[in-house]
Amino acid sequence: MFYDVIIVGGGLAGLRAAIAAHDAGVKVGLVSKIHPVRSHSGAAQGGVNAALGNHPDGHDDTPERHAYDTIKGSDFLADQDAVELMANMAPEIIIEFEHWGCPFSRYEDGSIAQRPFGGAGFPRTCYGADRTGLYMLHTCYEQVVKRNIDVLYEHFVTRLAVKNGRCTGVIALNLHTGEFEAIAGNAVIFATGGSGRVYSINTTNAHASTGLGIAIPYWAGVALKDMEFIQFHPTGLEGSSILMTEGCRGEGGYLLNNRGERFMKNYVSEKIMELAPRDIVARSIQTEINEGRGFEDSFVHLDLRHLGEQKIKEKLPGIREICLKFKNIDPIKTPIPIHPANHYTMGGIDCDKNGETSLEGFYAAGECACVSVHGANRLGGNSLLDTIVFGTQTGRYVAGKVKGMSQTVDTDALNNGLDAEKERYERLQSSEGKANPYDIRNDLSKVMNEKIGIFRNETDMKAAVDEIKMLKIKFEKLRPIPNTVKFNYDFLWVTEIAGNLDAALAIATGALNRTESRGAHYRIDFNKRLDDEWLKHTLHTYHPSNPEITYKPVTMGKYEPEERKY
Amino acid sequence: MPTFKVFRYDPDKNDPPYFQDYEVPDHKGMTVLEALYYILENLDPTLAFRSSCRMGVCGSCAMHIDGQYGLACETQVAALGNKITIRPLAHMTVIRDMVVDLDPFFAQYEAIKPYLIPKNAPGPREYAQTPRERKKLDILVDCILCASCYGSCPVVGTDEKYLGPHALLKALRFIDDSRDGQTNERLAFVANDSGIFRCHTIFNCQQVCPKDLDPTGAIGKLKMKSLWAKLTGKLKSSG
Repeated sequence: MFYDVIIVGGGLAGLRAAIAAHDAGVKVGLVSKIHPVRSHSGAAQGGVNAALGNHPDGHDDTPERHAYDTIKGSDFLADQDAVELMANMAPEIIIEFEHWGCPFSRYEDGSIAQRPFGGAGFPRTCYGADRTGLYMLHTCYEQVVKRNIDVLYEHFVTRLAVKNGRCTGVIALNLHTGEFEAIAGNAVIFATGGSGRVYSINTTNAHASTGLGIAIPYWAGVALKDMEFIQFHPTGLEGSSILMTEGCRGEGGYLLNNRGERFMKNYVSEKIMELAPRDIVARSIQTEINEGRGFEDSFVHLDLRHLGEQKIKEKLPGIREICLKFKNIDPIKTPIPIHPANHYTMGGIDCDKNGETSLEGFYAAGECACVSVHGANRLGGNSLLDTIVFGTQTGRYVAGKVKGMSQTVDTDALNNGLDAEKERYERLQSSEGKANPYDIRNDLSKVMNEKIGIFRNETDMKAAVDEIKMLKIKFEKLRPIPNTVKFNYDFLWVTEIAGNLDAALAIATGALNRTESRGAHYRIDFNKRLDDEWLKHTLHTYHPSNPEITYKPVTMGKYEPEERKY
Repeated sequence: MPTFKVFRYDPDKNDPPYFQDYEVPDHKGMTVLEALYYILENLDPTLAFRSSCRMGVCGSCAMHIDGQYGLACETQVAALGNKITIRPLAHMTVIRDMVVDLDPFFAQYEAIKPYLIPKNAPGPREYAQTPRERKKLDILVDCILCASCYGSCPVVGTDEKYLGPHALLKALRFIDDSRDGQTNERLAFVANDSGIFRCHTIFNCQQVCPKDLDPTGAIGKLKMKSLWAKLTGKLKSSG
């Protein structure tokens, strides 16, 4: 099997990259471990940012203002050239989605509706009720169907084929047949999403969002960047941690502590309140809980009642549906119990704005990538935008690179990769250990939530690094996986957990090393941002027990670091 | 502690399908999907089932749960009895356990051209669509392609040429879109014995849809629209 461009991942970034590369005239194969419409892009709710200026209070909005808000939101760790590209491309790329039929909500004049979101100077978040991701994902998949692009779904990529410093394809387990397949390509784009399941007991992320797509290139020698920056969404539903969109607050929802107080006034200006950026709101909620002003010492209230039945049903129907089905409460009548939950991986595969990495022929886009446009803290509404802007950008760029290139199938690299994966599969089947892989995953998740969470300190993080290393040793002695052939999910999850462990170690070591507080990385022992020393990206290079950490400069531009006040 | 009676089948082994019982410790708010994960992770790693978002939006975990089609992730264990029977979706080939072959389901979806074919060439700005026009798409655009309706439909089970409730609902989603310019072509494609006239109006699809959509109603609407198109001479197909 040969494609000019292999795209791994069927979420918004992968689909949009596939369309861009296909439209540029190259042969594209999209490989995904789940069917594209099952991707977690579809769970995005609140919206996508673009300075369209449609909102009545947003007519003066501009891409420049969008870029500034994003850079300030990132605590100045984002690369400014990439942010400007994203903000500038945003309007045209949203309009394109609309032209493809995306069912955005509307204003009376027929234009796309926008709502206020955290950390934004103007209301610029375009939305389709509270199902924006679902609508965009399906619209993008529809365009892939229209173009008849090859989609290999339920093909589980486990390894890159690399020869002489060049990526020449991927090895995937076809879940339908139980056979490993070598897929050759002149370029490979990873668009595999985030790693929220490293924190599995408290994450908004899907079971599929394990971070294996970050670990696979990491194992192959590609550096990761800024992994210590993990976003905790302020409002995960108590218990299941299911996302309660920022749109709840954008539409006017309140956060209340056990005294019935809108506590955000104690943390930010009264003008901003609940619409501060996520890192700040998450810390504020956690502080309320830690200081005894939460409920049952574990949650606060997200109160929508004053918005009224009509507005809730019209603008937030998905939130109401989730509350009814998963919590048996109706937000029209009852406040929603929420606590912060792991949500987004700001870091990821180190790449530039064309998706280019240190490995020739290997590219990345979307949440698995770190361009970086989100720096130390992503603004709400910028993740959907990141997927479609950098999906497009990378798809086009890579198509340009491979166009006219002769079909190079490196049989050696592919066969070696195939052999290695088959051998690993057999080794797992004949394993003589006793350890349950899922216990290891649960223990890992506990370590990460307790010790690399919203508030961090050296003692905890040192302990976390040691515990992750112990778990990695334990993972070497697993109980055998079953010998079923088709849809061997135990093999899949065991492989995912291997990725979880190394992603976690990268997160923990990066966090321990960074002796400052910036964006979502907040240390109680170093609670100030220290630009002189730390205005730089972390680079993580794989090593089984001690990941190597180096740093590289942030691409600055017209915005000088300033105190981040809201 | 409820017992889960779970359908098991592996065509690579020579055994016929069977049911296997698992006792699963439950807790407040536990979902059927969580119970299946408990089985996979603690009792039997050979169990195969699809899942991803666990919040009712990705459509992976549709199955037959104690007599009703629906999503495992949003079905509460407490709402069911002490013996809970889990089976795969019907009308599709079982690949293993709860995993069925969805290729025919997606082929029918693709057959209706599930993408906007715009009436007008795009300009620099969005196509204007008023809130009223957009409202016509409400709920139609909420389909997550989980195939609960498909598994529940007896016509799907007896006529492989039938387009199915999901594809017909999707056809209406584009016909009702003020931006789409292919109404008559789309109607012509569905107004025949493999399309809307094959529906027996049994309402299973409407009853089971986890998103409260109404494919039966959508098919009814398509029938009216095609009848009107025929009466006004816009539709020439047979049926």
